[in-house]
Amino acid sequence: MERKKSLKGSMNGNTVLIFITVALFIAMYAAGCIIYSDKGFSHFQTFLNLLITNAGLICVTCGMTIVMLTGGIDISVGSLIAMDCMILSFGMSMKGLPCIPLIIFVLVIGLVFGLVQGFLVGYLQIQPFIVTMSGLFFARGMTAVICTKQISITKKDSPLFYSWANAKINLPAFLGYKNSRGKTLVPFIRPTVIIALIVVVLVFIMLKYTKFGRTLYAVGGNEVSASMMGLNVKRTKLMAYVMSSFLCSIGAICYCLNTMSGSVQQALGFEMNAIASSVIGGTLLTGGVGNVIGSLFGVFINGTIRTLVTTNGKLLSSWANIATAALLCFFIVLQSIFAYVKDRRKA
Amino acid sequence: MSSVKQNIKKITKMRLFFPIFCMILVLLINLIKSSAFFKVAVNNGVLYGRLIDIINRGSEIAILAVGQTLVVAVSAGTDISVGSVMSLAACGCCTMLAGYGVNSATSLAMPMIAGMIGGILLGGLCGAFNGVLVANLKIQPMVATLILYTAARAVGLVLCNNQITYIRYEPYKYLGNFIPGVPIPTAIFITAAVIAVITIFLRKTSLGLYIQSVGVNARASNISGINSKLICFVCYLICGLCAGIAGIVASSRIYSADSNNIGLNFELDSILAVALGGNSLAGGKFSMAGSIIGAYTIQAITTTLLAMGVSTDQAPVVKAIIVILIVAIQAPALRAWMEGRAARKLAAEKAAGQAHAGKEAV
Repeated sequence: MERKKSLKGSMNGNTVLIFITVALFIAMYAAGCIIYSDKGFSHFQTFLNLLITNAGLICVTCGMTIVMLTGGIDISVGSLIAMDCMILSFGMSMKGLPCIPLIIFVLVIGLVFGLVQGFLVGYLQIQPFIVTMSGLFFARGMTAVICTKQISITKKDSPLFYSWANAKINLPAFLGYKNSRGKTLVPFIRPTVIIALIVVVLVFIMLKYTKFGRTLYAVGGNEVSASMMGLNVKRTKLMAYVMSSFLCSIGAICYCLNTMSGSVQQALGFEMNAIASSVIGGTLLTGGVGNVIGSLFGVFINGTIRTLVTTNGKLLSSWANIATAALLCFFIVLQSIFAYVKDRRKA
Repeated sequence: MSSVKQNIKKITKMRLFFPIFCMILVLLINLIKSSAFFKVAVNNGVLYGRLIDIINRGSEIAILAVGQTLVVAVSAGTDISVGSVMSLAACGCCTMLAGYGVNSATSLAMPMIAGMIGGILLGGLCGAFNGVLVANLKIQPMVATLILYTAARAVGLVLCNNQITYIRYEPYKYLGNFIPGVPIPTAIFITAAVIAVITIFLRKTSLGLYIQSVGVNARASNISGINSKLICFVCYLICGLCAGIAGIVASSRIYSADSNNIGLNFELDSILAVALGGNSLAGGKFSMAGSIIGAYTIQAITTTLLAMGVSTDQAPVVKAIIVILIVAIQAPALRAWMEGRAARKLAAEKAAGQAHAGKEAV
């Protein structure tokens, strides 16, 4: 009896959400392996490719999770990525600047962008959506101000950046498989994956074991009681937006290493992917609940949908957007139902 | 002296002062830049001029602003899906008229009116979807509309089979251009009709009052017998229908359904129109006239920017800064700080005066 009670206590709505997420990912991946077994979906490399193509998204989603924990939202990330990629590619291709100062510049831009947004949300108490939506249009417009053309980064522009983009890090050979000609293909990852995983680990530790991380949960859970406890709500919010924009800039560098180009239309709707990943990963839109491991699985689900659509080959790419939006809708409704049940139980 | 000051204060306190002031400011800047700004000529039997152009091109924003005002008033959140819903309505309408997968149609598959009404209803469906999420499931408005912000454009692409569907049928162009023999652009009539219908609806029924009441306090309104959920739902439904109408007009202008470009950045414009109209984005009281003046002001700003050689991609930078400035001025935190500063100043003056008086007494 005692044990049953404690089990019931631990299986609250949020744990159920994460459980659904993990189960959904496994189910989707298994379905992909069965349906597209002839197209090599079941190889280990497909999973690694999922990590490689979504390295940027993982970084951005970590930032998004931090902001959403405080009960806010940041929809400027997609445009910020476009602006950062444009700065990188424009600087390298058109101006011939070296890549390391440019990367530092991009990171500083992320910090400044976050500081402005964080100040407006935290200290002036403007709705996060209005602030970050202005940020979205501002950054997208600035991208066009820098350059309206599509620019690619070639090996000639920056050999260092090019070598990073093409660096292969081989995993142990026993994970490999033989292709049709009998040659063993060793699975590999790119440096961006390592950056993304380091970001996940750092954010996980920060959220779980530091004072600042716990403050984020407290502010998101109940702002008034957090401020009564003596926590600095305004500064916490400011820091959350700074971190989001900074992680987004790191994500932009990963994204740029993947695409090696910059254009005005780049990363359109990326904010949707980041928010969807976070929400699917069990982060509550009302704030106070969520963690990055769930968000990581959210990214996996998001990436799997995209991989499934591209592997099929016949479907329009917009189906991936529709599927992501539908999944986001499903999880939002689920959250809303859980909140309703919780309220009823309290009453 | 003081009466002049009081009068000025009275005027600046008026509700429509801010939008009209912005409008006059933008027009003045234009007038200084080129004196031919207000010239209206008749060319080929139709009116022609910069001012007419602004009123014509501002139609979509004005129609969207009508719906957006209601949404902002009732739920203190904005509908960011309007631009995408416009594009979906246009795609739906063109696909119904041309048939699925047809790239260019000269004859229609069904009566034009039916296709257009279908497109508008598609917009209404999107509005209803948003409405259910916000009113019944109590999801924050912007998150709920974020779903359609991405999905509606994608669905539009699927409806159009990933291509631009052209309707090369003369009457289809009337809506966004001119009806032969009428010198005024048709879009102006449509805007006027939408505004008239909504205004009559708000004035003759108690809907307008209910919307403000729900916006100020949804719980209190519910307790006093207003069906808050229904009112909220109706506002989102109207917003969706408005987006549908705007989408059809935009599609008629280019007699095609270009899913990627119709309604691009219009969500920002419509929210900016509401904010410029002196409406608080925190909900509650609203002024429809202010929003409509705001909408035309936005179009005047856009036209001015384009005339100054700023490309359509770059224009959002300026608009985003304007939004932030308006909202920052409205922000309660800033107002409290300013009032606090004024009060401190007054207190300091008083203390100084008292000290002075004390000195004199001694």
